Amino acid sequence: MANMRKDKNPMPEQDPVIRAQNFDEVALGYTAEMAIDEAQRCLNCKNPLCRTGCPVQVRIPEFIAKVAEGDFDSAYEIITSTNSLPAVCGRVCPQEKQCEGQCIRGKNGESVGIGRLERFVADYHMSKENLPDPEVPASNGHKVAIVGSGPSSLTCAGDLRKLGYDVTVYEAFHKPGGVLVYGIPQFRLPKEIVAQEIDNLKKIGVEIVTDAVIGKAMTIDELFDDFGYEAVFVGSGAGLPQFLNCPGENLMGVYSANEFLTRVNLMKAYRDDYDTPIKHPKNVVVVGGGNVAMDASRVAKRLGAEHVYIVYRRGKEELPARLEEVEHAVPEGIEFTLLNNPVQILGDENDQVIGMEVQKMELGEPDEKGRRRPVPVPDSNWVIDCDAVIIAIGTRPNPLILSTTEGLVATKKGGIEADENGQTSREGVFAGGDAVTGAATVILAMGAGKTGAKAIDEYIKSKA
Amino acid sequence: MFKIVKKRFLNDAKTICLFEIEAPLVAKHAQAGQFVIFRLDEQGERTPVSVAGWDREKGTVTVMVQNAGHSTAMLHTVEEGDYITDFVGPLGKATEMEGLKKVAVVGGGVGCAIAYPIAKEMHERGIEVDMIAGFRSKDFVILEDEMKAASTNLIMGTDDGSYARKAFTTELLKEQLEAGVKYDRVIAIGPGLMMKFLAEVTRPYGIPTIVSLNPIMVDGTGMCGCCRVMVGGETKFACVDGPDFDAHQVDFDLLIKRGAFYNDFEQEANKHICKMTGGTRSNG
Repeated sequence: MANMRKDKNPMPEQDPVIRAQNFDEVALGYTAEMAIDEAQRCLNCKNPLCRTGCPVQVRIPEFIAKVAEGDFDSAYEIITSTNSLPAVCGRVCPQEKQCEGQCIRGKNGESVGIGRLERFVADYHMSKENLPDPEVPASNGHKVAIVGSGPSSLTCAGDLRKLGYDVTVYEAFHKPGGVLVYGIPQFRLPKEIVAQEIDNLKKIGVEIVTDAVIGKAMTIDELFDDFGYEAVFVGSGAGLPQFLNCPGENLMGVYSANEFLTRVNLMKAYRDDYDTPIKHPKNVVVVGGGNVAMDASRVAKRLGAEHVYIVYRRGKEELPARLEEVEHAVPEGIEFTLLNNPVQILGDENDQVIGMEVQKMELGEPDEKGRRRPVPVPDSNWVIDCDAVIIAIGTRPNPLILSTTEGLVATKKGGIEADENGQTSREGVFAGGDAVTGAATVILAMGAGKTGAKAIDEYIKSKA
Repeated sequence: MFKIVKKRFLNDAKTICLFEIEAPLVAKHAQAGQFVIFRLDEQGERTPVSVAGWDREKGTVTVMVQNAGHSTAMLHTVEEGDYITDFVGPLGKATEMEGLKKVAVVGGGVGCAIAYPIAKEMHERGIEVDMIAGFRSKDFVILEDEMKAASTNLIMGTDDGSYARKAFTTELLKEQLEAGVKYDRVIAIGPGLMMKFLAEVTRPYGIPTIVSLNPIMVDGTGMCGCCRVMVGGETKFACVDGPDFDAHQVDFDLLIKRGAFYNDFEQEANKHICKMTGGTRSNG
């Protein structure tokens, strides 16, 4: 008989006042008892809707049934049969829009905590000592190159390797992981966890080459002609930061969220023993209302800022960030300055940022997406005092591959054009994730990596 | 890991050091005007330096690095046969040379390490090159023989007159122009102020003038925007749109200010270079 309690087991968390001063993980994870109790809330539906909501088709009710029995090892095997990065997904997927959004228990109460259970199972597995190395799938003799090492690329690499392909992942940075290592902060996704997931891929034979900028050090054509790859998957992400194009944007103390987060997350500038510098501003304005804006504001707080203001031109209902992220940011002291739009950034005689002029907005008629359009309130400009501004209004696909590869077509938004299987306009070249869609979520990128792997497998088999 | 196969200081002051580094991926496509990013070790920062030479057969790339900050000072302590953790490139666009006939290549101080491979490449392509090189004083002179071999004329000066003529590069270039020498391009690499004033020397003559900019960078692939510069009123990313830009359009004052943003960190960090090991970290 299922546990019919309406609420999810709450996630144990660090106290907000304490966690706002450290970079340790905020959510602490379920204990085994909590996990078993939560798993027993699953009705094990005959026709499980949760699975339809999962871009990588995790066999959700099956793994949850194993958790309910306390058989966590079997649960792990079930999850990893379709998902190469469970510890990542369990932490950063917007489950409320995916699996949990479909869960029948959510119709009358809260959905089953599927994400929390996935995380528990992955963490349980990682915490085990002396794990035997996984079996390395035998090579089928076909080579595939993957450009980038973010979530779409890693998923594609894992799936192809499991099918027997010899897979090489080329990463421009010195560390693999893409946005998982440069973008998402330590306190939301510990880098040790990402490294372990990547190690698991290496253990099954995925080769990873860092410090390799495809398009510069090697072109896609060379990957085919000189290195003998039969197909290439491009998962180069959406790394190009957008700026406001307002006056004052090049003053000292204005950062893109990418720069600010890369310095802290990838380069570990928050630690004394690392060389990369970062300023510790007192009053910070973060422009934007998405998950990246939440991440940047919470990092700024942890670097010691007294005030961190989120400046967003619409209201709370319209914030594109996950509710969970907003709910984590508020008790940490992040100040939401909603319905305000940046006008210009102000500087002193040394061109150091001293403030941001904003204009108040009100919500008007809904736009084509149904979101109420912000309308400026006349004569309502005011100034927020600050010594740093972080621009987190989105990123676009990095143009490097498009500009160095013949035969690829760009989308209107600067992405690589690809069909629903990831096939680009060029034979043998597939693409997926943010490089195609523009900035989206980790799990959608992983779904695209999975689709790309399937299409590459079919493509290479069709040629043989 | 990337092996240092050769190391030698290029001047008596030991401010600039040459490193030949085993990096076949970089060597394959490196061109004059491009740059690489190195990282010493796990705790190191990503530091851009210009490509000074390459050997495609051997798979090595040469860089000439001035001990300008913490990471470059630490690099100077690394010896032949040692390894550094990361060396990535080639990044940025190569210097354009198509269709040029006569060019003045101007280098100031360590800028000569970037100017030299450009001059050499042009010289090899049959372009007439006047190389104008300026240094603080005799002890800081680098690459004199190399620059002589890579140009039609080498015109040198020092700020204090301790070697060659006592003259700034701006004066040396101005003399050429006033004497009626016609260049179809001037390429200048050096400190921000030097490039700013050189742009003013060529502006009245309407000579197309290119400068190679070296703002602070993190990734070097267009991802962070830290290296943004203003050129002709537009924001550009030096790492992907440059590093070469039209000198007459660059906002040099902004470049200089942004370049100094972390100077306080550099000073603090340099205080902490270990005096016993000369910089090597205890755990490295």
